[in-house]
Amino acid sequence: MTTPVIECRNLQKWYSGVHALKNVNLTIHPGETVGLVGDNGAGKSTLIKILSGVHHQDSGEVLIEGRKVDLRSPKDAMRHGLETIYQYNSMVPTMSIARNLFIGREPMKWSFFGVGLMDQKRMRAESVQAIADVDLHLRSPDALVGELSGGQRQGVAIARAMHFKSKVLILDEPTNHLSVKETDKVIGFVRGLKAQGLTGIFISHNMQHVFQSCDRIVAMARGEIVFDKPTSETSIDEVHALL
Amino acid sequence: MKRFLKIYLDKPELAGLALLIVLLVVFQVKSNGVLLSFENVRGVMGLLPEMALVAIGVTILMICGEFDLSVGSVFALMPMSMAVMLNAGVPFTGAVLLGLLVCAVIGFINGYVTLQFAIPSFITTLGMLFIARSLTIVISGGFPPLLPADLPTWLFTDYIWQGALFRMSFLWFVGIAALAAAMLSLTNFGNWIRATGGFNEAAASMGIPVKRVKIVCFMLCSVLAGFAGLLQVLRLGSPLPSIGEGLELQAVAAAVIGGTALAGGIGTVFGAIIGTLLIRTIDNGLVLSRVDANWFKFAIGVLTMFAVIANAWMGKISRKIKVEAHK
Repeated sequence: MTTPVIECRNLQKWYSGVHALKNVNLTIHPGETVGLVGDNGAGKSTLIKILSGVHHQDSGEVLIEGRKVDLRSPKDAMRHGLETIYQYNSMVPTMSIARNLFIGREPMKWSFFGVGLMDQKRMRAESVQAIADVDLHLRSPDALVGELSGGQRQGVAIARAMHFKSKVLILDEPTNHLSVKETDKVIGFVRGLKAQGLTGIFISHNMQHVFQSCDRIVAMARGEIVFDKPTSETSIDEVHALL
Repeated sequence: MKRFLKIYLDKPELAGLALLIVLLVVFQVKSNGVLLSFENVRGVMGLLPEMALVAIGVTILMICGEFDLSVGSVFALMPMSMAVMLNAGVPFTGAVLLGLLVCAVIGFINGYVTLQFAIPSFITTLGMLFIARSLTIVISGGFPPLLPADLPTWLFTDYIWQGALFRMSFLWFVGIAALAAAMLSLTNFGNWIRATGGFNEAAASMGIPVKRVKIVCFMLCSVLAGFAGLLQVLRLGSPLPSIGEGLELQAVAAAVIGGTALAGGIGTVFGAIIGTLLIRTIDNGLVLSRVDANWFKFAIGVLTMFAVIANAWMGKISRKIKVEAHK
C-alpha cells in the first residue's frame, strides 16, 4: 500500500462548548477523489478548515505523506501542497486573472524582506499556460476575474492549484450558486484531477454531483464519520438513508 | 474601436481627466485667460501637493478597503508637534522625523483599534479626528508657536529657482506619487493591497496577512497626511492649529472623483491626482470667474455624486461591450 497523502488521526475540535469533531480518523491515498457529504453542522467544514490551516485542531494529528505536520495558517497548508477552493471562490473579482493566480506567491524580480518588484511578464506567460492546462480558454490573462462566469472562475482557481503543484485539492461546495451548465464544467474539472495526478476532496450538499465525480464517498454526521465506501459499492439512496 | 472604448470605460480616472480639460477651457474663457496665466498656475501648484498627498494616502487606504477621517487633524498635528519640539530645542531633522513618527503611531492606532475590535474604520478615525485635533490645540497651548526663521524651506517649499513655476514641494509630490503608483502596480505588496480590499476573505485564504497589510496602509495614509501638513506650514510660515479642517472629506471626494471605489479594491494614484486637480480647478475657477465662492462646496458635492454614478454606469456599459464582442 502506498503512503497515504493525508492521514487524520483522532482529530477533535470544540467550538465554545460544541463538540464539532469527535475523534475523526480519515486516510486518503494519492490520486483518490473523495466526496465528503453530510448535513449542515456535521463537521465537514470544521474538518476542511483544519486541513486548510484556517483553524487548528484541539487534539489529534494530521500527517501529510506520512509526516506529521502543524498547519497553523493557510500558507502552511499551501506549503504542504493542500490547496482549498471555497464556495465563494478564492478569487478577487477586481483583479486580473494573472494577478489572481499569483496572490501571495508572486514571482519576484527583486525583493527585500519579502516585498519587492513582481515579474509581471512571467506572471502573464505562466497564467496563460496554467489556464490552457485545465482546458479553459480565456481571451487574456489581463481580463478581470469579475468578468468571468462562476464556472470559469472555479476553473481558474483549479488552474492556480495545479500551477503550484498542489498534491491535494480541497473543493468546498464549488458548485453552489452555479447554473447547471457551469456546474457540469466544475464536475468536469473534478473528474480531470485524477488524470493530472491530483488528489481531490469534494465537499458538497448535492449527492448527484459527488456521485458523478468521486470514487469514494465519506459521510459525516454530528462530528463523526459515519460512512466510508467506494462509490461503486454504494448508492445515493444508501447514503441518503444514513443522513 | 470597441476595444478602445472599453479600455476607456474601464478607467474612470480618464473620464475625470476629460472633465478636467473641459473645466479648464470653460474657466479659462470665463476668467478672461487668468486661469492658466503663469501667476495663477503658480499659486495653484503651490497648494496642489499638500492636498494631493493627502488624497493619495486616502486612496491607497480606500483601495485596501478602509477609510480615514482623521487625515485633516493629523495634517495639523504633525507640524504643530514639530513646532513645539523645535521650540524645545530639538534640531529640525529630529523634529520632522519625530513628527512623522507621531503620525505613524496614529495610523497604527487607527488600524489596530479598527481590526482588533472589528469596528468600522469610519468610527475609529472619526474618533481620531477629534483626538488628534484636540491634541494639536492642547500642545500649542492656545497660541501658535513661532517657527524659527532659519528652517530649510529651500528643501520643501521654496521655488525651485527664482521665478520658477513650481515649488520644491511639487518635486516631493511627484516623487512620492510615482513611488506610490509603482508600489500599487509593480510590487507584490500592491497586489496584496488590491486583493485585501477587493475580497478580504479570498486574500486571507491565499495566505495574505490582511491585517498587517491594512495597518501598513493606515500608517502610510497618516504619514502622508502629516507630511502634507508639514509642507503647508513651511509654506505659510506658521503652524496654525486649525489647518486641514474639512480636508479629510475633500480628500475622500478627490479619491472618489478619481475613480476609487468606496468598497475597496479599485483605485489609482493617478485618479487621486486628477480628483485633486479637479477640486482645485473648480475652487480656483469659480473665484476667478467672479462666482460667489460659497458655491465651491456645492460644486464639489455635485461632482462627487456625479462621479460615483458615472463610474457605476461606465462599468456597466463596459461589461456589456465585452458580451457583444464575444458573439
